[in-house]
Amino acid sequence: MKKSVIVLLVIGAIALLLFGSVRKSYNNMVMMEEGVTAQWSQVENVYQRRADLIPNLVNTVKGYASHERETLEGVINARAKATQVTIDPSNLDAAALQNFQEAQSGLSSALSRLMVVMEQYPDLKANQNFRDLQAQLEGTENRITVERMKFNETAQQFNVYIRKFPQNIMANMFGFEKKAYFEAQSGAERAPEVQF
Amino acid sequence: MRKLLLIIASLLASIFAVANDLPQRPEPPTLVNDFANVLSRDERAALERKLVDYFAATSTQIAVVTVNSLSDYQISDYAFRLGEKWGVGGAKFNNGIIMVVKPKTSTSKGEAFIAVGYGLEGAVPDATAKQVVENEMITRFKNNDMYGGIESGTSVLIDLTKGEYNYQQYAKHVEGQGGFSPFIIFLVIFVIFPILFGRRRKGFYAAGGRSSLPFWLAMGMLGGSRRGNSGMFNDFSSGSGSFGGGSSFGSFGGFGGGSFGGGGAGGSW
Repeated sequence: MKKSVIVLLVIGAIALLLFGSVRKSYNNMVMMEEGVTAQWSQVENVYQRRADLIPNLVNTVKGYASHERETLEGVINARAKATQVTIDPSNLDAAALQNFQEAQSGLSSALSRLMVVMEQYPDLKANQNFRDLQAQLEGTENRITVERMKFNETAQQFNVYIRKFPQNIMANMFGFEKKAYFEAQSGAERAPEVQF
Repeated sequence: MRKLLLIIASLLASIFAVANDLPQRPEPPTLVNDFANVLSRDERAALERKLVDYFAATSTQIAVVTVNSLSDYQISDYAFRLGEKWGVGGAKFNNGIIMVVKPKTSTSKGEAFIAVGYGLEGAVPDATAKQVVENEMITRFKNNDMYGGIESGTSVLIDLTKGEYNYQQYAKHVEGQGGFSPFIIFLVIFVIFPILFGRRRKGFYAAGGRSSLPFWLAMGMLGGSRRGNSGMFNDFSSGSGSFGGGSSFGSFGGFGGGSFGGGGAGGSW
């Protein structure tokens, strides 16, 4: 009689402890995953910002260098392609992220080709509107770098957390999955060099 | 699997590298950090005073950092990381600006960058930041007038950011999130009491004296970063009258944990 009471108490205490620890880990995982999602939307924001700059840039350039049709069209097409690729933030796996990154880096390289061409137009380079656009583009590339870095940091925190014991068991149970990272690509993903 | 581990390891390494490469947050905190020694003592003090006063009036933090080496970072990257690490600006509004200047040396070009916190990107767009760097700063740096360039650059930034987050908005925000409202206490002290006591000056002051406790509480709730009341401010910056006195530096109370998202622009000479 007495013994069974003790056993029950012990089981109850263990269950309570277990519940507490599961709850804590689960809530932490939810919180951190939300952090990753929020940071992802920041990343998408800054890419969107770049896409929004392009029509203006293309129009300005057209006025000075209309016969660079091919380069300009390359930028427009790459922009169209890049804005088509979006990721469902609840599914940030490596394949989806790579897809996204490829589309965006296509735009990056089209832009850097445009910037190289622009070097040959001193009138354009002296145009204040164009200079402002260049500064904005440069700033947007900076923002992309920063937000990608922050994304990698938050994703890494989350990944480390769900892979640690005992969270790994719960992550498995509740279906929390590892988030992918942005990888630096050689050349293609580099910000266009903007020089004066 | 191994690749993944490698990626994680390199990420970790880069994070630790950052932590080591960048200058530590100054202690006591100062807004002007002349690591490259391009300013005289008086110039530093004058700049510090200007920026601390501006911070006290608006809660916007403008930090100036001069360094001799960017430790292999691009200056933009350096500025964002340093701003983020020190937490320039308030955490809620991210209203910080960090100006990084790397003077020209015999082997490397001079570089300057203004990094704008998230909250001020509307007040200082990239194109504007670029113009400030080129027109205000680099033109003077080219003539070796380091103080002049930093002075006029920060002055323009002050003009630009003025009113973006003035103390009233800041107070309103605090009121919105606080459990009880300093604004109401303000109202009680400055509107209701005078009405109650009519135009009897003595009565009014007596009332002010009695209610000093909630008043200080109210000021305290404003986070110590909004000092619209001149009496309070004099208290806060006591000792700033003399240049070079340790107490005049660092009296701005520290960086607030502001965040940077890549806004701003720079140039080189």
